[in-house]
Amino acid sequence: MAEKITGAEALIKSLIAEGVDLVFGYPGGAIIPVYDKLYDYTDQLKHILVRHEQGATHAAQGYARVTGRPGVVIVTSGPAATNVITGLSDALMDSTPLVVITGQVASSFLGSDAFQETDVVGITQPITKWAVQIRRAEDIPAAVARAFYIANTGRPGPVVLDIAKDAQVGMLEWEHKKCDFIRSYIPYPKINEQDLQTVANLINSAKRPMILSGHGVMISGAEKALAAVAEKGNIPVAATLLGLSTMPSNHPLYKGMLGMHGNIGPNINTNRSDVLIAIGMRFDDRVTGDVSKYAPQAKIIHIDIDSSEFDKNVKTDATIHGDAREVLEKLLPLINEADHSEWLETFDKCAKVEYEKVIEREVYRTDGPITMGEVVNKVSTATGDRAVLVTDVGQNQMFSSRYFRYTEPKSILTSGGLGTMGFGLPASIGAKMGAPERTVCFFTGDGGLQMTIQELGTIMEYGTEVKIILLNNNYLGNVRQWQELFFNSRFSQTPMVNPDFVAIANAYGIAAETVNSREQLDDAIARMLNHKGAYLLNVIIDYTDMIFPMTPAGAAVDNIMLNATEKYPLD
Amino acid sequence: MEKQLFTVTVFSENQVGLLNQISIIYTRRCLNIESLSVSPSSIEGIHKFTITTWSDRVTMEKVVKQIEKRIDVLKSFLYTDDEIVYQEIALYKVPTEQLLNETNLEAIIRRHNARILEITKEYTVIEKSGHSDETEALFEELKHYDIRQFVRSGRVAITKSPEEYVTMFLEEQARRAEEIN
Repeated sequence: MAEKITGAEALIKSLIAEGVDLVFGYPGGAIIPVYDKLYDYTDQLKHILVRHEQGATHAAQGYARVTGRPGVVIVTSGPAATNVITGLSDALMDSTPLVVITGQVASSFLGSDAFQETDVVGITQPITKWAVQIRRAEDIPAAVARAFYIANTGRPGPVVLDIAKDAQVGMLEWEHKKCDFIRSYIPYPKINEQDLQTVANLINSAKRPMILSGHGVMISGAEKALAAVAEKGNIPVAATLLGLSTMPSNHPLYKGMLGMHGNIGPNINTNRSDVLIAIGMRFDDRVTGDVSKYAPQAKIIHIDIDSSEFDKNVKTDATIHGDAREVLEKLLPLINEADHSEWLETFDKCAKVEYEKVIEREVYRTDGPITMGEVVNKVSTATGDRAVLVTDVGQNQMFSSRYFRYTEPKSILTSGGLGTMGFGLPASIGAKMGAPERTVCFFTGDGGLQMTIQELGTIMEYGTEVKIILLNNNYLGNVRQWQELFFNSRFSQTPMVNPDFVAIANAYGIAAETVNSREQLDDAIARMLNHKGAYLLNVIIDYTDMIFPMTPAGAAVDNIMLNATEKYPLD
Repeated sequence: MEKQLFTVTVFSENQVGLLNQISIIYTRRCLNIESLSVSPSSIEGIHKFTITTWSDRVTMEKVVKQIEKRIDVLKSFLYTDDEIVYQEIALYKVPTEQLLNETNLEAIIRRHNARILEITKEYTVIEKSGHSDETEALFEELKHYDIRQFVRSGRVAITKSPEEYVTMFLEEQARRAEEIN
């Protein structure tokens, strides 16, 4: 008979058995037994003490998205559990595997409004892939195994294990068996051969096909298969925000980003295409604009591992239910070689207009205040286009995702679905810890940075080498832009009085400097990248800078503003 | 789009919190559940939910997919009334004194194919099963007798299809489980 151990120790041993060596967390009353046992396992399980539980979830998201393994979070009950809600919701929207462990009051107190009791399972069920409460120590190993299996198979997502205090202190004979089957759950469906053939026929008969590459391509590691299919059929590829870096920026078939602030070519050509091949993406409204005017000429093919996405937002003509990589590999031999050079040239024409009307004046300005685009472009160049880009939310997110260039997969980390301001700083910490060999550049705004700024303390404590580029315009810039364009320049509550960010960084022992003029920028970027350790570059930005092109919310995807006064196509 | 009454059936593992997982899918889309019944199914360990809602087909097809996406749900199906045999049960509590004055009581009970479950000095309980328009019709008639309580169950339904999809699904999954082990 095996020796009995506590539920708390069983939890830690099960985490280790699942291959976890790093957790993000914050101790508290209802999780103390777990932290007490953690004290004995610090050689096998490193704990990162964040400064707020929301930060733990975003850091775990950053870690998960660069490693492809679930990020693990341990927090206490009540307020700690409610503080992880934003991260859970964000992770569900962006298909990020998380295993979040919350302490809970002892089971005899459940439902009594006990101190720091909250209905964690009830609150988190709508925003998790799975949430369960554990009230007996002996249930812990199987629940942990199940949690990891659910979080990181099929379409990944967050899972919550709410562990009552008596389950943490109760005794059990520990044995960990990995979960590889749940009868009510089919993470990887068998791919239907007929569907493959139908889709191949559609692609082979297409005159103006376009691939829409989403996050699912990255999650399934389908980047090579995607390139192979695109190259064989000479099919242009556009990426969603989370699908950026699934194809290198300099690949001749890569034609840019979709969506509200995406590139003109992919957006205009969405409505000219005759066959759209959507892979691992979900036709978010920021991508489709007005769905009733979306892709009127196109047959729509949708390849996804989550069949509930089919026909959810856009009516499809053919679907393949399955893992993106497996589908693309099976599709490759069925695709004919084709020449779509005339179609491909239409993207170049759009790109030329975009360069002349938008990019040149944004990125290569020679006078006036610094713009966001030029900072992003310079940082990308200085890293050899090889860094991991982490963004916050808002103009900084759109400028950095547009003007950063990607040469390696898994190179962008951004809050796409939920659009969580404050996501970036903790996510960049998790990203650097998950991929210590890579440079991590975090672009943020003065608004978003202050939503989770306390995580500078985490950077200080662990010496995490994150390069923070603060695009500082003393405004909530994205809302300001909408106010200027659509609300008669009534800047309601968007100007912001800011602290001395360099002094704050320095107080945390983080090197920092302010850049006021264009002439200082190159040297400052070089100093930042050459510095051993975290660095904050506070770049003072033109507050009138606006992100274009722009498809106004609710407008058709080909209704594109080039700037405040001109629209595409130009007369 | 025209609204009609849809019946959704859900087969799930018997676990705490499943009803919440299912009901929030309706809440989020502002769909009012017309009736709901939950009970163990004919298959051991598996619970069956029968949920009716006024809505349109496109919405309901999405709802069914979202329900089936929940980890502990095995299968979920969408039906219109012509695809199922369904029934509800209703109970009516009427003051006995009122009924005693009625000469037509026998006719009412017979016409509605109802039956009397209990009679005391104070009250009588009548039971009627059928479709909701039928239980409603009896309710309308008994209104004249100062009805004190009226309760109607959620719908229960059985499919007309010869295929037993849940059994087939479980057999297929059992084969998969064997392959994995």
